[in-house]
Parts: sequence; C-alpha cells; structure tokens
Amino acid sequence: MGFAGLSLYSQAVLLFAGLIALTSFLMLGQSRLVRLVLVFAVQGMLLAATTAMVAGVLDFPHLYISAGLSFLLKGILIPVMLHRLIHRLGLHRELDTIEHPARVTMGGAFLMVFSYYVSLPVVAHSPLVTLNAIAVSLAVVLLGMLLMITRRQAVAHVVGFMSIENGLFFAAVVSTYGMPMVVELGVAADVLVAAVVFGVFFFQIRESIDSLDVDRLSKLSEADKS
Amino acid sequence: MIAAYLILLIPLAGMAILGLMADSRRAGRINIRCNAWALAASIWLAVDVLVRGPRLSSGQMLYIDSFNVYLVVLTAFVGLTTSIFSGPYMAHEEETGRVNARRLRLYHSMYQGFMLAMYLVLTTNNMGVLWVAMEGATLATVLLVSLYRTPESVEAAWKYFILCGVGIALALFGTVLLYFAAEQKLGVGGNALLWTVLHENAGALEPTIMRLAFVFLLVGYGTKIGLVPLHNWLPDAHSEGPTPMSAILSGLLLNDALYAVVRCKMLVDGSLGTDMAGYLMMGFGLLSFLVAALFLHRQTDIKRLFSYSSIEHMGLMTFAFGVGSSWATFAALFHMTTHSLTKSAIFVTVGHAAQLAGTQRMDRIRGLILTQPAIGWGLLIGTVAIAGFPPFGVFASEFLVLVATMRDYPWLTPLLLVGIGVAFAGLFRHLHPVVYGDIPENQKPISANLMGVMIHLALVLWLGLSIPGFLGNWFSQATQLISGASPL
Repeated sequence: MGFAGLSLYSQAVLLFAGLIALTSFLMLGQSRLVRLVLVFAVQGMLLAATTAMVAGVLDFPHLYISAGLSFLLKGILIPVMLHRLIHRLGLHRELDTIEHPARVTMGGAFLMVFSYYVSLPVVAHSPLVTLNAIAVSLAVVLLGMLLMITRRQAVAHVVGFMSIENGLFFAAVVSTYGMPMVVELGVAADVLVAAVVFGVFFFQIRESIDSLDVDRLSKLSEADKS
Repeated sequence: MIAAYLILLIPLAGMAILGLMADSRRAGRINIRCNAWALAASIWLAVDVLVRGPRLSSGQMLYIDSFNVYLVVLTAFVGLTTSIFSGPYMAHEEETGRVNARRLRLYHSMYQGFMLAMYLVLTTNNMGVLWVAMEGATLATVLLVSLYRTPESVEAAWKYFILCGVGIALALFGTVLLYFAAEQKLGVGGNALLWTVLHENAGALEPTIMRLAFVFLLVGYGTKIGLVPLHNWLPDAHSEGPTPMSAILSGLLLNDALYAVVRCKMLVDGSLGTDMAGYLMMGFGLLSFLVAALFLHRQTDIKRLFSYSSIEHMGLMTFAFGVGSSWATFAALFHMTTHSLTKSAIFVTVGHAAQLAGTQRMDRIRGLILTQPAIGWGLLIGTVAIAGFPPFGVFASEFLVLVATMRDYPWLTPLLLVGIGVAFAGLFRHLHPVVYGDIPENQKPISANLMGVMIHLALVLWLGLSIPGFLGNWFSQATQLISGASPL
C-alpha cells in the first residue's frame, strides 16, 4: 500500500481509524472503571474530530452538527454521567477482574483480521480508505462486543455498548459522509435516552443483587438448576 | 395522508398527557381512548389506501402501501383491546401492591410511547428512521419489563436491553452499508435511504455490499423477532413484565420486526437477483421453529411457555417469507394476522389466570374451568387455536405454509410437520392439568373482562372459516408487492 501517495485527507482518516482502533484495544485491557470511561471519552472525541475533519475538508456543513453532537454526547455528557455514577455507586476503587487478559487481547487481534476479511468484497468498489474505515469500524463493533463478553461489571457493559455505537458512527462518517440529518438526530436521541435508562438500571440492579456484577444475574435460564 | 400523521400524533400526545397524569384509573381510561382514536385513524388510512392505492407523503417521509397499512390496522386493533384489558388489570396490580402510582404513570406513558414507535416503524419511508423507531420501541418497553422490581424482572430487563441493543446495533451497521451502496449510485443526500427510492433503483445497487448489508440487517432485526440463537431475551422479557406488555410485545413488536426484515429482503432481492436472502431466512426460521417447539416441553412458567410458542410461530413466518413464492408470502401475511390476534388473546387470559392463582407457575395453577369457566375456556380455546387446530385461522395459515412448502421444497415438509406435532404436544402436556385438574385451596374467581379475548378469538375463527373479501384482496395486493406474483 503506498501510503505516501495518498492525499493528506486520506492519510488523516487512516490515522484516526488507527487511533480509534487503538482506544478499543486499550478499553479491552483496562480493568479500572474510571480509566475505562476516560478511554471511552477519548474515543468519542476522536470520533468527533474525524467528523469535523471530514466536514471541513470535503465541505459537508451538515456534518459539523453531527461532530458537535458526537463531541457533546460521546465525548462529554455520557462519560461525565458514567463517571459520576461510578463515584455514587462507590465503584471507583474497584478492579474488574479480566480473566485471561492475554487471550482476550489475542482474540481482539483475531477480530481485527476477521473484520478486514469480511470487508474485502467492499474494497473492489471503492477507494482504499473506505476499506480501512469499514474494517476498523466493524472491528470496533466486534471489540465492543468482546469487551461486554469478558467483563462482569454492568458499567463496563455500558461502555462496550456505547463504543459499538462509536464504531457505527465512524463507519457512517467516513464511508458515507454521515447519515441523513433526521436519522443522525434520531440515533443521537436514542443514545441519550439509552444512557439515562442505563443509569436507572445500575440502581435497580444494585438494589436487587447488591452489586453490579451482572454474572450474578442468573436466575432466568433454561439450564437445569440443581 | 392526514390520517397517517394523525396515527403518529395521537400516541405522541397520549404519551405526553399520560406522563403528567397522576390519577392512575383515569390514565387507564385515557390510554384506551388514545388507542381507540388511533384505530379510527388507521381505518381511515386503510380505506384511503384501498381506494387510492399506495400513498407517499409530501417530503417522502411516510409511505403507506397495502403491506404496511394492514399491519397498522392490526397494531391499532391489538393495542386497543390490550389497553381495555390493561386498565382493570393494572388497577388490580396496584391494589395488591406490586406497583405504585408513580410506576403506573410510567407504564401508561410508555404504553403510548411504544405504540408511537410501532406506528413509526410501519409508516416511515426512511430505513434509518425505521431503525431509530425500532430502538425506540426497546427503550420504551425496557423499563416496563422491570416494572415490578423483582430480581428476576430486573435481570430480564437488563438482558432484553443489552441483547436487543447490541443486536439492533448490527442492524444500524447494515443500514450504513445499505446507504453506502445506495450513495454510490444515487449520490450524496437524504434520498438515498428512502425505501421507495431504494426499491426503484434496487437493480443498480452493488450486490456484494447489499449481501453483506442484509446479513447484518437480518441478524439485527432478527434479534427483535426472537430468531434462534438470538432469542434469549424474549421469554424472559415476556414472562417477567406486566401481562399487557407481554401481549403487545408478542402481538406487535415481533410482527413489526419481521416487517422490517421483509422490507430489507425486498431491496436485496431486487439487487442480487438470487435467493440468498430467502435461504438465510428459511434457515433461521426453520431453526427457530424447531428449537422453540422443543423448548415448549420443559417450561414451568405459563408466560414463558407461550413466549416460546411465539418464537415458534415467528420462526414459521420467517421461513414462509424466506420461501418467497406467492403462496408462501400470502400464507405468511395471513399467519402474522392470526398469530397476533390469537397470541395477544392468550396472554390476556394467561394474565387473568395468573392473577387468579397468585402465581405464574403452572404446577400451582389448576382447574381453571372449575374455578372460573370464562378464563378456563378462554385459555383452552386460545391454545387449541394457536396449536393449529381447525376451524381456527392459525390452522388455515399453517396449512397454507405447508402447501406452499410442498410445492417448492417438498423435502422440508416433514420437518415442519414434526415441529407442529412437537409444539402441540408441548403445549397440551402443560395445559391440560392447568385447565382441568383439582382446584387448589386459595384459588378464587376474580373480576375479569374477557370481551377483548372473545372478540379476538371470534375473529380468528371467522378467518379460519372464510377470509372476508376485502381482506383477501388486501393480502393478495401485499403478496403481489412482496413476491412479485399474484397468489390467485
């Protein structure tokens, strides 16, 4: 791949894609909740920066609104909310145990390769940058899921969930220059409501099982209880 | 088109008013009124579409054709009858202290919020807005699943939220890919996500990207349909939430998620020109159908039992839409109607039965016919109908699915027959002692309003005996639209 031959814009998009993927990996290995939320905020800001850059360079003014929304919601509002909830629930000193951290990271690397493989058919019809964008955003989505699978803390699940949304927005911004405005606003509203509902749930879960370890939510299953 | 806007505005206003309404009994009545108005508006819309054909609103935001208009009427109808049941039911729950006035306010407001999301899913022309509304439906119902605040209900709600949230995120990825494919042909702009525009230009869309997009869309919306192996949230959410919620989740949400998948399939079929989408739907549908039928046997909770039955029927419909011939599509549309009517009636009856026995565990509910004949017979007839016995509508639609399968994929018919048999056995081994059997000591009749149940079951019976002309005409128009051929 001749990276030097690409336009500055494409190189910048690739840089941002790389950084966002990096934050996803950082989240995967971060066992302290406060830092996890911090890394998530950085990811949100990177997403906002990418959006703003696309808006500026390619002259899509409506993307500025999207960038502002990402910045406010993903970069500030939701992380601050999670941070305050962590303090209110007294979780800021707690370490979330990650079992087999090395295997989890290897799994993450495998998901990255897998995402590139899945995105290959797309590349035949579009420039190189799109391949990277779609592959990275798919990887961010899958890494978010991996994060949710490997953690037991409800807060970590929410961070994983929101990071999946980040991945989707990155795909939308870089490959299709944002979704239509009405969709963009609708999705932002959904994310905001979801964040509030998650906050309500933290308290409900703690009330019912006296901790936020969601592994202990195991009353309802089809497995035989012996 | 005024009717289409009304359908969206009525629940929106209802949501706001009920959010401010402190008196829960009055809120229940207002909830019924909102749904009645919405039903009136939907009938107005249906007549409009029947007379003047598909309608596109100015600004192209809403699109109504014969496929979605009948689902709008069905949604409004089930919403109304369930809300009539919900009033006294929730009042009883308040008396027994399971919910307080504040939670009831949330409940009534979100009932309308859910209806709004459902109408928006059905009427919108924009695939992105469809996604937003689908996610909105989750958000509206998730706090209702944990309304009773028991450990089980909180767990069910959390599972529902996480699983559906992640699932539907994949559908958003599919929507982005869809937009990506469309944009290359149609240019940047808001029109590239409009279903009508996409459908017109389906042939020009890039097949490789569309194939990838459909996989994500199917998995995403499939989570909401409750397709195996993404079905885990469904029995939990149905069994732990308040019963009116179970009735509308099962009768409406699942249908509307399937509607979204079928809309996507119409686009992908136009682009690919192969049966790839159909095969995927057949596979997932058949798997759900068989797995759910087996799971029916090991249930102990009566609401869980019927939610597995919902998965089974949704699997059958997905399968039938996947087969894709005109007969199969007709059968699937018909089955959507009969299942929705029957299942919501069953959940209403089950709700009464659970209140009467004070538990949802089937080994503690006994002798319903002796305790309160109306509930006992209602449950028995409902189950006979849902198990696919003649002369009820579900029999007719399942029979049509079988005939359609026999025409195109004869080797799959034994599997379907076995599944139907296994499901029948699973339902009746549990239901027989519940309906007959000896009455336990503290089981007393309660005041029950079974009007809605009777109307639903009577309609299902009518549909089983003869499909009224205008409805048949409607189904065949929708079939023509989806499969491209007329069934008659």
